[in-house]
Order: sequence, then C-alpha cells, then structure tokens
Amino acid sequence: MSEKVLMKGNEAIAEAAIKAGCMHYFGYPITPQTEIAAYMAKRMPKIGGTFLQAESEVSAINMVYGVASAGYRVMTSSSSPGVSLKQEGISYIAGADLPALIVNVQRGGPGLGGIQPSQSDYFQATKGGGHGDYHLIVLAPASVQEMADLTVKAFDLADKYRMPAMLLADGTMGQMMEPVEIPEVEARAVDHSWAVRGTNCEREHNIVNSLYLKPEILEQTNFERFERYRQIEENECMYESFMMEDAEYCVVAFGIAARVSKNAVVAARKAGIKVGLIRPITLWPFPKKALAKAAQKVKGFLSVELSMGQMIEDVRLAIDCKKPVQLCNRTGGMIVTPEEVLSSIEKLAKENA
Amino acid sequence: MVVFEKPKSLTDTPLHYCPGCTHGIIHRLVAEAIDELGIEGKTIGVAPVGCAVMAYDYFACDMVEAAHGRAPAVATGLKRCMPENIIFTYQGDGDLASIGMAETVHAATRNENITIIFVNNAIYGMTGGQMAPTSLPGQVTQTSPYGRDVSVAGYPIKVSEMLSTLDAPQYIERVAVNNVKNVKNAKKAILKAFKNQVEGKGFSLIEVVSSCPTNWGMSPSQALQWVEEKMIPYYPLGVYKDKDAKGKED
Repeated sequence: MSEKVLMKGNEAIAEAAIKAGCMHYFGYPITPQTEIAAYMAKRMPKIGGTFLQAESEVSAINMVYGVASAGYRVMTSSSSPGVSLKQEGISYIAGADLPALIVNVQRGGPGLGGIQPSQSDYFQATKGGGHGDYHLIVLAPASVQEMADLTVKAFDLADKYRMPAMLLADGTMGQMMEPVEIPEVEARAVDHSWAVRGTNCEREHNIVNSLYLKPEILEQTNFERFERYRQIEENECMYESFMMEDAEYCVVAFGIAARVSKNAVVAARKAGIKVGLIRPITLWPFPKKALAKAAQKVKGFLSVELSMGQMIEDVRLAIDCKKPVQLCNRTGGMIVTPEEVLSSIEKLAKENA
Repeated sequence: MVVFEKPKSLTDTPLHYCPGCTHGIIHRLVAEAIDELGIEGKTIGVAPVGCAVMAYDYFACDMVEAAHGRAPAVATGLKRCMPENIIFTYQGDGDLASIGMAETVHAATRNENITIIFVNNAIYGMTGGQMAPTSLPGQVTQTSPYGRDVSVAGYPIKVSEMLSTLDAPQYIERVAVNNVKNVKNAKKAILKAFKNQVEGKGFSLIEVVSSCPTNWGMSPSQALQWVEEKMIPYYPLGVYKDKDAKGKED
C-alpha cells in the first residue's frame, strides 16, 4: 500500500502512468497540461524511459504510433487545440488496432480558445474525432485520485481491446491539488504476437497498417472492430450513482461539472427536491443502461456541462427521449456554480412536477 | 554456383510499380544492404504514403505503415523503445519534403539513429503526377500544366543541401539509379547508411534521384536520360555530410 501524497492532477496522471509501466512519453507544451511533460522530463531519464519533446503534436502522436506498433505502453498528453492536431494520428492508431493513451486536459474553444477549464471536446472524444469509423475508450476523472486510477485503467483497457484510450480531463482537474494514493500496479501478461519487434528470422513479418484497398476487406475489418466495441459497451461501462435510490429527478454530469453538481444535489435535497446524480466515468462507452433504467423512475433529467451542450445528446439517446432533458451549462472556460445548478434543478422540478 | 538471386529481405510478392520505375532497383538495394549486414531479423521498416505505400508487402522484415510524411516520427518512436533494432524509412519527395518536412528536419537535428531512404523523382506518382516540392522550374505536371512557375509555386527544395546545414546529422548523400555506375554508388551509400545505424552513429539520409516515366510522359529510357540531363544538374550527386570524413578535417 503506498502512502497518500499531495499532488496536482497532471502530476498524478504522469506518476500513475509510470507505475502502469508506461516508459515512453512524447509531448508538446500547451497549457493547462504542461506539468505532465515536465514531470515526465524529470522522471523518465532516471528510470531508463523515454521523454521526448516532439516538434509538434502531429509528430508526438506519430511517435506514440511507433512505440504502440511495438506493443509497449506509451502515452502523449495535450490540451484541446493540440488534441485536434493529434486526430490524424489517433485515427491511424485506431485503424491499426494499437493500444495507446492520449490525455486531453481540456481548455475552452473553439480555435485557440482560452486556457480555462472546459468540457467542450466531448463530441471530439466520444464520437471518433478523426476520420473514419472508430471509437476511443474515453474515461472522465472527477478527482485527482481518479486522474491516477483511471490512467492505470485506461492502459489496461487499451491493451485488453487493442485500441487507443483517452483520459478526458479538464484544466481544473489538471491544476488542482488533492491527496492521492498512486496505485501499485502489477504487470500483466499481454499478447504481443502482432507487434513489430523484428522477426528474429523466426516468423513471417508482422505488418502494422490501416490501409485496405479492397473495400470488402476494409468493411469486414470495420465490422470486426465494431463487434469488439459492442463487447466493450456490454462489459466496461463505469458510472457513479449518487442519491439515486428514491430520486424523482436525475442530474447527469461528469468530471468537474459532477463535483459541482453534487453540492447542488445535496442542497436541493435539503430544499425538499428528491434529486440524484449519475456521473458517467466512461464517456465512451456511455452508461446508456443506467440512464435508461433511471428514466423509468424519474420525471426529468438535467445535463450539467461545461460546453454548449454536447453530452445532452447522448443522454437523450440513452433514454430514447422518454423524459424531458434540460441543460445547465457554462462554456468558454467559465465554471458552473452550485447555485446555478441548484436553480436549474428547481426549474426542472417545477416544470415537471 | 549461385550467380544471382533475390535478396532474402524481399518477399515473393510481385511489385506493383509501373514499367521503368526505379523503385524496384532501390527496394533491391535496401534489401541487399540489410542482407549483407545480417540484420533482417531485427530490422523494422516504415513505409510512406505515395507510390511506395505498399512497401510493407515487399520487404520481408517487420513493417509499419505511417501516415503521409510522418515516417521519421514513427521511426523515432520505434527506435526510442527498441534502440537495438534497426529502423529505416522509405519515403518519396511529397511525403518527406512537403507534408513531412518538419518530421524530417527534426529527426535529423536530433541525430536520430535511423536510416532514411528518400526517393526523389520530382513528382507525385501515386496520385497521378502532381507538382512535388522537388519538381524542377518549368516542369510540366498535372498541377503545373504551364510548367512550374517559380514566381507562383516557388523553387524546388534541395533536401540534401538543406539538411547538411544542420550540425547533428551523421551522413547525407545524394545518389542516382539511372545507370550501372550510379546504381553501384547508390548501393555503397545505402549500405553505409545502414552500417552507420548498426554502429550507433546516428541519422543517415540517402537521397536517390529517381525517375517516373508514367507521370513524366516518357519512355523508361527517355526518363533515365532526363534524369541525367535535367535532374542531376539541378540535384548534384555526392556526399553532402559525413561526420566521419569531417572528423579527419577537424
């Protein structure tokens, strides 16, 4: 059992990644995630790992692609505009069925946007982001402890399903300090028979590739990948349920928005409104079943987001539009307050009594 | 007695290249170098986007297909996690000198211990003959139908000259494969570029001046003549940087 230490969220990601056996990091400076690169720059040379400041995010993700091709644990991190630049590489990593971790400590957008926290890359993260038919496993931490735990989880899932995973955090999570216990991770045996590490003149060559010029083969490859995605949706959904037992209204929020919303839920309960919260921890796969089940009991949903309303679409899809879904949001780097969430809960309850 | 045989480092897959294309010769030279150094089992090649996109089917070593221009970054990742393996990229002029110039320059300036085979045929072949960063002034292509106008499209990039201004790279040489003598020189250069990596010396890039009869609209022999008369005068052959040789001067 390791001890609790006070750490920034960004640093917790970096240390947890190392504990998870990630010995290779490639990045490019961008606020508010640069602490991850700085931490890796300090630590990696001391443990015989790789820290390399790439010439661009485009190069960094392709260096990740190179290490991932050899089947070693590897990661990159960036923030929103930088993650946009990585999308080409992420699509290739998904298309070549390679495991890797991409961390996005989100800031406000679009364009150069701002440097304050945001959740407005939800669409980009959960719907694919780059070109082609694919998904990432997307994990959304809501504490510094989860920054560490979900980093380890992301590596495990990426290896298990041979696909890229994304940790979708935000500037608040990256910058804030909390006590954290960096998990001890046991090395797991993973099949690397597909990886390129040299044939040693003992086998046919391995090829890491996403090019299929015959459409019937590309289609089949995509069918097979989506069958794997179906299994992930079946087996890997994670969410937290808070005060939902007798709830008549359900707040849905992830990351920092969920932290704020919890305060509002407690305050609303004190004011006599029976409200609970479902916090998706995996944004893809989205906890559709948990929401559908809640929709059988509650009178309405409130999606709380630091964007113009992106996850709300998945909430509506999950419940098949059977109950009203309202939005409580701030965007552009502004953070929703407990008071704003509370008044949105009151409005939801009043309009759907 | 075996007089001639296919290098072990090439598979039996038939090459898809056009008649008269020199990719086949260059593939063979790379495979011979790998065979001669006995490194087939630990070599990993990175294929480009362009005519050589399916090089992963032709080389018998482990292969990775990179995104357009990103091969030096992919090779960097491979080399950093497996320093004992031999990593090479095989890239064309659009891939290396246009969309991938940043990756090329920065891999060079890190003296990344990799080998780059850069095939310069002054045109985009795979997409059907568009202007390349290395197309000659006045050269007619699909996207420079009146000839490359340098006032609009700028001048060709001389990759070997440019990279040799950097302090870091170990070895940069420009060769050609338009006649037997040049092919023999190209072989020597490619062998040295791999040997440098085996010896841990760092970044080696061989620019191979090549032909594209199909998209130049010439017969194979006319194309080789055009290499001699037009390409080589603009892209002079020779060693542009060799730290071993420079060491003697210092």
